[in-house]
Amino acid sequence: MTLLGQFALWTAFLLGLWCAVVGFSGRWRGRPDLTSSVTRAVYGICASLLVAAACLWKALITHDFSLEYVWAYTSRNLPTYYVLSAFWAGQKGSLLFWALVLSIFASAAQALSSRRYAALLPYVAAVTSAVVAFFVSVMLFAANPFERLAFTPLDGRGLNPQLQNVGMTIHPPMLYLGYISITIPFAFAVAALMSRKLDTGWIHAIRKWTIVSWIFLSVGITLGMWWAYVELGWGGYWAWDPVENASLLPWLTMTAFLHSVMIQEKRGMLKRWNLGLIVGTFMLSIFGTFITRSGVIASVHSFTQSNVGYFFLAFLIMAGAFGFTLLYTRWPLLEPEARLESMVSREAAFLFNNLLFVGIAFSVLWGTLFPILSELVRGTKITVGPPFFNRVNIPLGLLLLALTGIGPLIAWRKASTANLRRQFTWPVASGLATALVLFAAGMRDWYAMLALALAGFVAGTVAIEFFRGVRARRRIHGEAIPAALFRLIARNRRRYGGYIVHVGMLIYFVGFTGMAFKREREATLKPGQSIELRSPYGHTYRFTHVGISQYQALNRIVSAATVQIARDGKPEGVMTSEKRQHFTIENGEKVPSFEPSTEVAIRSDLREDLYIVFAGPVNGTEEAVYRFTINPLVWWIWYGGFVLLFGGIITMWPGDGSPMPSMARRTQAGYGVTLVGAGEAS
Amino acid sequence: MTPADRTTRRRFLIVAGGALLGAARLGAAQQPGTLPGSGTTGALGDPGAAGRSQAPTTDRDNDLAIQAIEKRLRCTCGCTLDVYTCRTTDFTCTYSPQLHREVLQLRESGMSGQQIVDAFVAKYGEQALMAPEPHGVNLAGYLVPGTLVTAAGAVMLWILSRRRVRTTAELAPVAVDATPAELEQLRQALAESED
Repeated sequence: MTLLGQFALWTAFLLGLWCAVVGFSGRWRGRPDLTSSVTRAVYGICASLLVAAACLWKALITHDFSLEYVWAYTSRNLPTYYVLSAFWAGQKGSLLFWALVLSIFASAAQALSSRRYAALLPYVAAVTSAVVAFFVSVMLFAANPFERLAFTPLDGRGLNPQLQNVGMTIHPPMLYLGYISITIPFAFAVAALMSRKLDTGWIHAIRKWTIVSWIFLSVGITLGMWWAYVELGWGGYWAWDPVENASLLPWLTMTAFLHSVMIQEKRGMLKRWNLGLIVGTFMLSIFGTFITRSGVIASVHSFTQSNVGYFFLAFLIMAGAFGFTLLYTRWPLLEPEARLESMVSREAAFLFNNLLFVGIAFSVLWGTLFPILSELVRGTKITVGPPFFNRVNIPLGLLLLALTGIGPLIAWRKASTANLRRQFTWPVASGLATALVLFAAGMRDWYAMLALALAGFVAGTVAIEFFRGVRARRRIHGEAIPAALFRLIARNRRRYGGYIVHVGMLIYFVGFTGMAFKREREATLKPGQSIELRSPYGHTYRFTHVGISQYQALNRIVSAATVQIARDGKPEGVMTSEKRQHFTIENGEKVPSFEPSTEVAIRSDLREDLYIVFAGPVNGTEEAVYRFTINPLVWWIWYGGFVLLFGGIITMWPGDGSPMPSMARRTQAGYGVTLVGAGEAS
Repeated sequence: MTPADRTTRRRFLIVAGGALLGAARLGAAQQPGTLPGSGTTGALGDPGAAGRSQAPTTDRDNDLAIQAIEKRLRCTCGCTLDVYTCRTTDFTCTYSPQLHREVLQLRESGMSGQQIVDAFVAKYGEQALMAPEPHGVNLAGYLVPGTLVTAAGAVMLWILSRRRVRTTAELAPVAVDATPAELEQLRQALAESED
């Protein structure tokens, strides 16, 4: 199987080179045989990488410890689903996973794209194949997952306990899917630039791909937060770690693109900016990979330091030079078809929204790279951690939240004063009412109150948009409210799906705000002893240490510390936090394979999480050291993720839900005519 | 009964017996007398499996002022976390408990929070901080993102305000022969269909 895997990698590499050379050279023009050869090469790469992946999976499942990768990340007593997910647990396997998924996306782009874009597809094939060939070359020349050991060990080292979590099976694939699928919009953008077909065709071709990519990234990032929260035991979910930042960067620029592309579709503006955003987003996804895999910046999430970083750095520079040079050479072809007319217009709101997204992306990138810059300039190593990022980004984030509510309320082209008054009254009232209620309830954290008031404002905006849409349908079509709501969303999936995504985002912000009210206490308790902790809602929790029990599970010895919970004197059951000592068997003896890991006990509801960490025993007895935390509103973040996913799925649901072709909608009368007496009529 | 059935039953008995023996061993090793409220503290059967032995916590561990100082200081174990988060999360770390003790000692000697932070910088260098102090070159680190965003926003506003003056004259209202009621109906239809 090792030989077959190697052969498959080489086949994919050579096919990738062929496809890239033929595709970029343009020799396929007027040569249907070469055009179909390029397409078939894309499918061939995919088939080869499927074979390579099957070989690695087979080696993992059959515990073929002659492979260094299998030995390094699995053991015989590792549960099967972790054995399967070990495919992407390490550097080498994750590179193969990346190449495999990209080749699947590349094949899907060839198979599913409309024939209207036939002139773009060979270039798309060239770009995707070049990227796949790069990843395969990294495997072949620096990090080969089929590398053999000089001898075959009886057992493997096992998987890091922190990776033995259900999050491991879904978080990395989701994040990779997000990172990887960015290549498809980038490939279409390059294809449009190379073919000089710079009308809105390429924008329509990538619409679904950009949303798919954005959804995967969003879900991947949220799952990463969830995993950090439930597995790492620090009571938080975002630490502004370089690798976390690296995943956020392309998400920010992609989100900016999803907004600004609407201006290009409707008004033919921002063509250069949109292409720049797509190229930049691709660059940032490769930059994130470079950060994660090079070890150039210290991170708790990094793979082990290796020389693959140089490959990624070289690729990053080449891809950036290629993309931006291409954009520069086509600059004159990207003249806008219209101009912005007013700062009080939706276009202007979207521009400011883009400014903030890109501004936050810049500040995150700046903070991530600042230690390197500082060392270069001053020769002094520094750390740039959460205090820096919070200070710089929280104000920008709050401005962005405000714009989330403002943008949809402003008319396209130019909004009148009467229009603004009519649109803003209820959302502003909603925001003010939220602030007043919170103040009356005793909240005095002004940052948190501002965030929640802005969330109320955005909620008001979304509610008023749905209300007006439903009311219009009821008046025009005489429909009942549920039918009107359903058809409103079904006929305008992109718009109302987008509003649902905005609701998801505001729910995230509400969840983030909860961290301002975190309560925490460390305690050492003997069995029967208890402590009390008061929640921000005024409840008093009593935690009573019951005792520590030890037992053996499949590949670990578990020390389970149990705590009895009572809220305001009323029993609420027990919670158990664990220490897990993983082991492998050597010569019939259990040998610890890693340092003991901690399993947090979490009890969630809409208001707050109880979060208990068993730090360890005192002198080998049942006297236990605990950290008790009350985390308000954390559940809202996971709930926001579901809402965001739901909204995202609506926006990308097949068909546009309208009998009107999108191009016709772009030129409908409402955008081209200023109505006489429009102000008076309202 | 087939030989295969007998084999299966034998295997089941072996596994069940092994499990009972294992449970008995763990039970025997664990001391009794650990019921809630009894106050007695039994010894663990396998203390090594329960993680590093912890020092009992004190009131000072929960002192918010101490925690605030430790959240500004970076643990030197290479974890990239602050001292407080590391010592209350990575219970295998030996650096953060030591740094915690240093903070407590400096506090006992009468130092303020800033003086303790300064003492750490003097001892471990600037990388002892979770974020650089906003002085000198580091000030640029704090100011550059906000300044650039503000400057870009100001330029956009300036360009848009100039453009507004130029285009207002171009946008002469188009005469539409419609009643206010018809206009309202058109507006609602647009509100429903507009992306």
